[in-house]
Amino acid sequence: MISARGLRKTFGDFEAVRGIDVSVRPGVAFGFLGPNGAGKSSTMRMICCVSPPTGGELRVFGMDPAQDGPKIKARLGVCPQEDTLDVELNVYDNLYVYGRYFGLPRAEVKGRIEELLDFVQLTDKAKAKVDDLSGGMKRRLTIARSLINRPEILVLDEPTTGLDPQARHVIWDRLFRLKQAGVTLLLTTHYMDEAEQLCDELVVMDQGRIVAHGTPLGLIRDHSTREVAELRFGVGEHESLAAKVEDLAERIEVLPDRLLLYSDDGESVIEAVHGRGLTPAATLVRRSSLEDVFLHLTGRTLVD
Amino acid sequence: MATDYAPATPSTPTAPSGLVSGALRMVDYWLTVAARTWKGAVVTTFVTPFLYVLALGVLLGGFIEADPATLDGATTYLAFVAPGMVAAHSMNIAFAEMTYPVMGMLKWQRIYYSMIASPLAPSHIVLAQVAWVVLRTLLACGVFLLVLAAFGVFDTFWGVLAAWVLQGLVVLAFTTPVLLFSLSIRGEESFALIFRLGMIPLTLFSGTFFPIGNLGSVLEKIAMASPLWHGVDLTRMLTLGRLDWGVAALHVVYLVVLAAVCWWLAIRKLAERLVS
Repeated sequence: MISARGLRKTFGDFEAVRGIDVSVRPGVAFGFLGPNGAGKSSTMRMICCVSPPTGGELRVFGMDPAQDGPKIKARLGVCPQEDTLDVELNVYDNLYVYGRYFGLPRAEVKGRIEELLDFVQLTDKAKAKVDDLSGGMKRRLTIARSLINRPEILVLDEPTTGLDPQARHVIWDRLFRLKQAGVTLLLTTHYMDEAEQLCDELVVMDQGRIVAHGTPLGLIRDHSTREVAELRFGVGEHESLAAKVEDLAERIEVLPDRLLLYSDDGESVIEAVHGRGLTPAATLVRRSSLEDVFLHLTGRTLVD
Repeated sequence: MATDYAPATPSTPTAPSGLVSGALRMVDYWLTVAARTWKGAVVTTFVTPFLYVLALGVLLGGFIEADPATLDGATTYLAFVAPGMVAAHSMNIAFAEMTYPVMGMLKWQRIYYSMIASPLAPSHIVLAQVAWVVLRTLLACGVFLLVLAAFGVFDTFWGVLAAWVLQGLVVLAFTTPVLLFSLSIRGEESFALIFRLGMIPLTLFSGTFFPIGNLGSVLEKIAMASPLWHGVDLTRMLTLGRLDWGVAALHVVYLVVLAAVCWWLAIRKLAERLVS
């Protein structure tokens, strides 16, 4: 569906994307995980044909965005990071006028709107002004709008950023259904839980480059241990205490507020820490996540 | 109960085959906007010009007794000022439609970005929006001319009809330059500039209310460079039925060139803002 070879994007002196290779197969939920400024959105904009690549090769549906942008866009659904809804129109009209941009007959657009409002659970808000919707509802409306042309690829740039946990789960549920219906999903996120929940395959991006590629579980297996023991000591003590416990784990990360000890058996690590006469204020054993993968690969956390 | 998403595709979304077919896809958008804004538009489009005609043309104009030779051949001041007000009204619509609404679509609501994510291109967006302003102007000026006719201002039917059609060109000569301006600025603060240094002096000193000959020879030359003067003078020639073909052709060429050059530049500027 999408293939990129050595894809680059620069803005003046700033290199947003520094040569990435990506290949997305049909029906896959493909994620770009990385912190703000990693080059995820720039990559999405190039795929959506609204940002000409500076270098490298990009093909979407086998076509070149520079040549066949409108043809590609007819088959893409785009859910941008910032809402671009017409806040003065009602929910129904937002979908209606958008469907017409794709050259769909009026009657068919109307049929699809019924279906999509139902799908994103906004049927009873059809006549509501966009301004009166909650953040989660606006996002669902944007998703509905991006589906009006029944796209083969749905591009979602940070689909749940800024939403409360409940609203996020509603979105995830809808996206999961789309995935089951065979729609190829392409999404960017800086939330590791979102990437774990939705993505079959993902790339980790940092500073314009891809630093890892695989399935969520595969990445965790390859770049982290099964479990993580988190130790919380007093403020400012973590740096100095790290040396006393680092031999207890395969790997250690020092964060400002805690120590992360990577091991396949977290409980034994905690016991061993206590055995050395150390008494952390709080301890936690958890499974490794993509956050740990990112920390290991870049030395930084995803969300600052 | 929510149903699942059905990917079966009865009709296929397509890329538009040409400039006009793409712009036609936006007809429903502009109709929806019209349906939302028509109540407010009635006041600004129909009531306000009527008040101007009454106050300046009839009541103030009643004090003016001038030789028709000094009023471009108009027998009354009302007959002189009426075509000027029609052309100035066309200009006002262009300023109203192409300043804050454009900034809203570009910066506040970012609607242009949603349009460009569909198969539509900047050229389609500009054509549809410009066509909307032209149609809106023809409707407004049509009513305006009918009201003026009721005041007994006109003697010529064909001249008035031609003046009405001409307003499509007059509004174009302001629509595309103001659109270009609005797409080129960063923030809405700059609109104060274009209103105070553009729209208001143009309205006052382009022959709308008095012949530009009254300005003196230097200022008269400056006024002749104003696009509104070309619009006003041509509209007046038509409603007074005193057409000078050579001068009229010059007016038309000026307005067409201004509109066309700024149209082309506006498409480029919109593409520059949306695609980067």
